[in-house]
Amino acid sequence: MNISEMIRPNVKNMPPSGIRKYFDLINEMKDAISLGIGEPDFVTPWSIREAGIYSLEKEHTHYSSNPGFIELRRQISSYVERKYNVVYDPAKEIIVTVGASEGIDIALRALAGPGDEVVIPEPSFVAYKGCTTFTGATPVIIELKAEDDFRLKPEQLERALTDRTKVVILPFPNNPTGAIMTREDMQKIVDVLKDRDVIIISDEIYAELTYSGKHVSFASFPEIKEKTILINGFSKAFAMTGWRIGYACGHPVLIEAMNKIHQYAIMCSPTMSQYAASEALAACDADVDAMIREYNRRRRVMVDGFRKAGLDCFEPLGAFYVFPSVESTGMTSDDFCEQLLKEERVLTVPGSAFGSCGEGFIRATYANSYENIVEAMKRIGRFVKNHRK
Amino acid sequence: MEEILEILEKNGRASVEEIALMLDKSVEEVKAAIKKLEEDNVIVGYNTLINWEKSNKENVVALIEVKVTPQRGQGFDKVAERIYRYPQVKACYLMSGGFDLTVIVEGKTMKEVALFVAEKLAPLESVLSTATHFVLKKYKEEGVIFEEKGKDDREALIL
Repeated sequence: MNISEMIRPNVKNMPPSGIRKYFDLINEMKDAISLGIGEPDFVTPWSIREAGIYSLEKEHTHYSSNPGFIELRRQISSYVERKYNVVYDPAKEIIVTVGASEGIDIALRALAGPGDEVVIPEPSFVAYKGCTTFTGATPVIIELKAEDDFRLKPEQLERALTDRTKVVILPFPNNPTGAIMTREDMQKIVDVLKDRDVIIISDEIYAELTYSGKHVSFASFPEIKEKTILINGFSKAFAMTGWRIGYACGHPVLIEAMNKIHQYAIMCSPTMSQYAASEALAACDADVDAMIREYNRRRRVMVDGFRKAGLDCFEPLGAFYVFPSVESTGMTSDDFCEQLLKEERVLTVPGSAFGSCGEGFIRATYANSYENIVEAMKRIGRFVKNHRK
Repeated sequence: MEEILEILEKNGRASVEEIALMLDKSVEEVKAAIKKLEEDNVIVGYNTLINWEKSNKENVVALIEVKVTPQRGQGFDKVAERIYRYPQVKACYLMSGGFDLTVIVEGKTMKEVALFVAEKLAPLESVLSTATHFVLKKYKEEGVIFEEKGKDDREALIL
């Protein structure tokens, strides 16, 4: 038997990650600085870790109900209302997932299949296209543009919608560009979508990491609330990536469908993480605020560093990424990242890893210490100087 | 203003230029703000946090609970001043509860600290009693955990 023949084509044909080679390289380097990893460098605040430990001491080591502890869902409900001004019934409209990633996966599996189209703006998180492809549905890519500050334009969306469109994914604040959408930008998107028979998956995992005013949720527009699945989680705001805990909110019919997949595939999210998440929502506003202030300071330092190095860089107002253009060097993103790593031992990720329209850009994260960022920017400045065309 | 303090509290060596960049302000603005904070005695000094245990210098720290008689018209302030003027006294706080002053004293040896208490502190007229507690180990000071070296152990996740 040829085992490889047993793998379904849409899994087999999924290209391997283009950035593996960088991580292989960096593992052999000594004083390399990684601006490549998309997760907070902060450790989870102690009171959250302590709540996880306490749950184990109290012998809370069993399953929860499939959609998660009702107490946690109640807290999520009030949190989402307090932060984003949108109300969900904790009993029927919220599910606790294994990271926001699971929310994206089960939403797509519940909604899309062969013959359906899923509209995905790029550059964006690679899982949207991956999970869509696994369902057998067809990803329809919208190429976001640097001249639009990587915001989604209503005309672009109009052009992408067809009779077969089942789902539209809205990834803001955006990984990898750091772009956000303002209320005015969003209203135009809402107007396009409100009379369409499509479901919106709004991935707002970076909602708290917004540096110009408060985050606006797509779910807070009453015209589209019913057809919107709001995805969020604890990884980024509370520095809880390893706990794998997130949530999805939406219409009871949508959440019930997602819960069916969740219960067969996952049973329930890890309960230790659920207890920790509960503490995060109850008592950690000040910790989050302090982390956001710190990210914001590093953000300014990094943007300034790229601009001084001579790389065009639009101002990212969300998430923890900077997405400069490497055009002035005449190199492809891939070459730039590989040479930068080899010559200056700084790891960044080529924009092309997030969709072909990311070519010509690189992603650098400022989820790293101030000292490392300053040193990395110094090395990048030297590198660009040596390679300017 | 408050964020300047937040930055300097964590890193007294942050330069005006660095702070200006972090806060998206001009160098002049930050310079003026820091000058004002220093003049108003909001910023009272710039220290270095040292883990003396790791240095070669012998160093002993004691926390002393002091009960005193407050003085007419001057309350505790005058007594406290008589105490905190000694260079051996690293910190001095007025307390609520079972005693009045917490006095942190540093010396080269336990004997030196004990002598300071016996010869200088206890004989003061307003001092009623003292209780000396020697510090055996410092785990954390000024918000910094001594034994922890923040090392980046995040694994490479292929997206």
